[in-house]
Amino acid sequence: MLGLTIEPGSAAAELERRRHSPAQRVQHLLHTHPALSPAIILLLTCIAFTLLNDRFAAPAALSLLIQQTAIVAALAIGQTLIILTAGIDLSVGAIAVGSSMLAAMLAAEQGVPAPLALVVGVAAGLVAGSLNGLLVTRVGLPPFIVTLGTLSVFTAVVLIYTGGQSVPGADLPDVLTWTGTTFPLGDFRLTYGVVIVALMYLVVGWALSQTAWGRHVYAVGDDSDAARLAGIRVSRVLFSVYAVAGLIYGLAAWVLIGRAGAASPNAIADANLESITAVVIGGTSLFGGRGGILGTLLGALIVQSFAVGLSLAGVDDQYRLLAVGILVIAAVSVDQWIRRVRA
Amino acid sequence: MTTTQTPVLAARGLVKTFGRVVGLDGVDVDVYAGEVLAVIGDNGAGKSTLIKCLTGALIPDAGTITCDGREVTFRRPQDARAAGIETVYQTLAVAPALDVASNLYLGREERRPGPLGSVFRMLDKQGMRRRAEEAVRDLGISTIQNITQPVESLSGGQRQAVAVARAAAFGSRIVVLDEPTAALGVKESNQVLALIERLRENGLGVLLISHNMPHVWQVADRIHVQRLGRSAGVITPQSHTMAEGVAIMTGAAAA
Repeated sequence: MLGLTIEPGSAAAELERRRHSPAQRVQHLLHTHPALSPAIILLLTCIAFTLLNDRFAAPAALSLLIQQTAIVAALAIGQTLIILTAGIDLSVGAIAVGSSMLAAMLAAEQGVPAPLALVVGVAAGLVAGSLNGLLVTRVGLPPFIVTLGTLSVFTAVVLIYTGGQSVPGADLPDVLTWTGTTFPLGDFRLTYGVVIVALMYLVVGWALSQTAWGRHVYAVGDDSDAARLAGIRVSRVLFSVYAVAGLIYGLAAWVLIGRAGAASPNAIADANLESITAVVIGGTSLFGGRGGILGTLLGALIVQSFAVGLSLAGVDDQYRLLAVGILVIAAVSVDQWIRRVRA
Repeated sequence: MTTTQTPVLAARGLVKTFGRVVGLDGVDVDVYAGEVLAVIGDNGAGKSTLIKCLTGALIPDAGTITCDGREVTFRRPQDARAAGIETVYQTLAVAPALDVASNLYLGREERRPGPLGSVFRMLDKQGMRRRAEEAVRDLGISTIQNITQPVESLSGGQRQAVAVARAAAFGSRIVVLDEPTAALGVKESNQVLALIERLRENGLGVLLISHNMPHVWQVADRIHVQRLGRSAGVITPQSHTMAEGVAIMTGAAAA
């Protein structure tokens, strides 16, 4: 009696028929698999660059690509979590640089044992992320404003604390630069930093897809009122997301020190925009509730493959900027299209 | 229905104010098992405030709420849920991007047995999917064919069915429905009304808030008329006609 049987000629039948049109099918596919479009783009990018210069597909170039992607890819994990809740984090780079400088200064200049300095540095990321979380959930400020403010605050604190001075690699203990150590994997050369980032992706990806927390992150970003009425403690979920993101930035800082071989308060100046770019190209919606970190990883790889591929093809670096800009706009357009009324 | 029966949910002297605006001004309600109690009233009469107080979405300033005769305090929607009161909000409170099964279990996900669940907090996805399918089938909601499709791909009536299924699957005492047919067409409305009757047959108390008088007169056993933050009386579809009910609602007549 309650069954909505679809009668021929009815609107329901028409919708049913329309759903099977090719465009609708693509829309549905992209909707259920948000990482599909960045995967296709990455594949096309790699094919194109290999055709331009076959050194692109050589293990040496790909190893470099992976190592160069690691830091933005790591920061973009935290950024993805926050964007999934319909927020944004502009303080990504400032937190990561702050963590790296704190660990480096403690170890190199205060004589703190290296492992302890590392733990304090990573913990500083957690604290900074938690501060963002508190301002968003307790004070109720929009994430954009909160992180715009803390971007300046954290940057200023780091510059005041360090006097704008870098810590050269020679002064750094091995524990801090260990993440830059390379090891061979087949024909590839990877760093331990890359392994750490890969582990972070596995852990966060697992938490997002397999735990109630992950589902709540999506639900809060999708419709926070609905999530609250469904019994989810929205503030708690939001706070945890900012805190976890901070912890991720702290760990990324460790990878950053290894990659740079030194700690500089002026490192990764473009980290904020690069991490957001990776997330957006990766198919995560800026409106929250849709996307995932697999797409983000692909997005980070796409951006970096443009850098590597274009330089191998002998093209000016400005074209990378141009291409990335066009990709961002295209990715958001696709997202809007996917979100448009279905069924 | 006899008055000697203990109401499964009762409220006495509920007061709720918003600044200087009085939402509820001493309201009494009784809901019994196996009945549909409708709440009608003009805009601003306090219908929504009343059900929000009964479901933990708002905390009343004064008054008591009892469940099966025991006094309870609802500070959060979860408290009311724990007492067996499920609510279908007018806004439906579904997460559009999540699938039907995830929405049914939203906020009360079940974990896997053993260390996978207790240590690694892993969700029992298959189990939840299976039980969600059973819940949907038990309610005879054949309109939802695929439990794994995202809610946003469903029509308004189907979304309503998901929200009602969620309430029915977990509500052990009361299911509260706020304007369940407001956004629906004739056919879909009839499906929801049939669903309400099914909940009553299953022995649940149903609290139905509606502006649609024909629907109220069709399914309600008793009708609580709310007017200007107060109860203007409790009538039945037999004792009063729709026109008389509306007259009480607007203050043109007394109950």
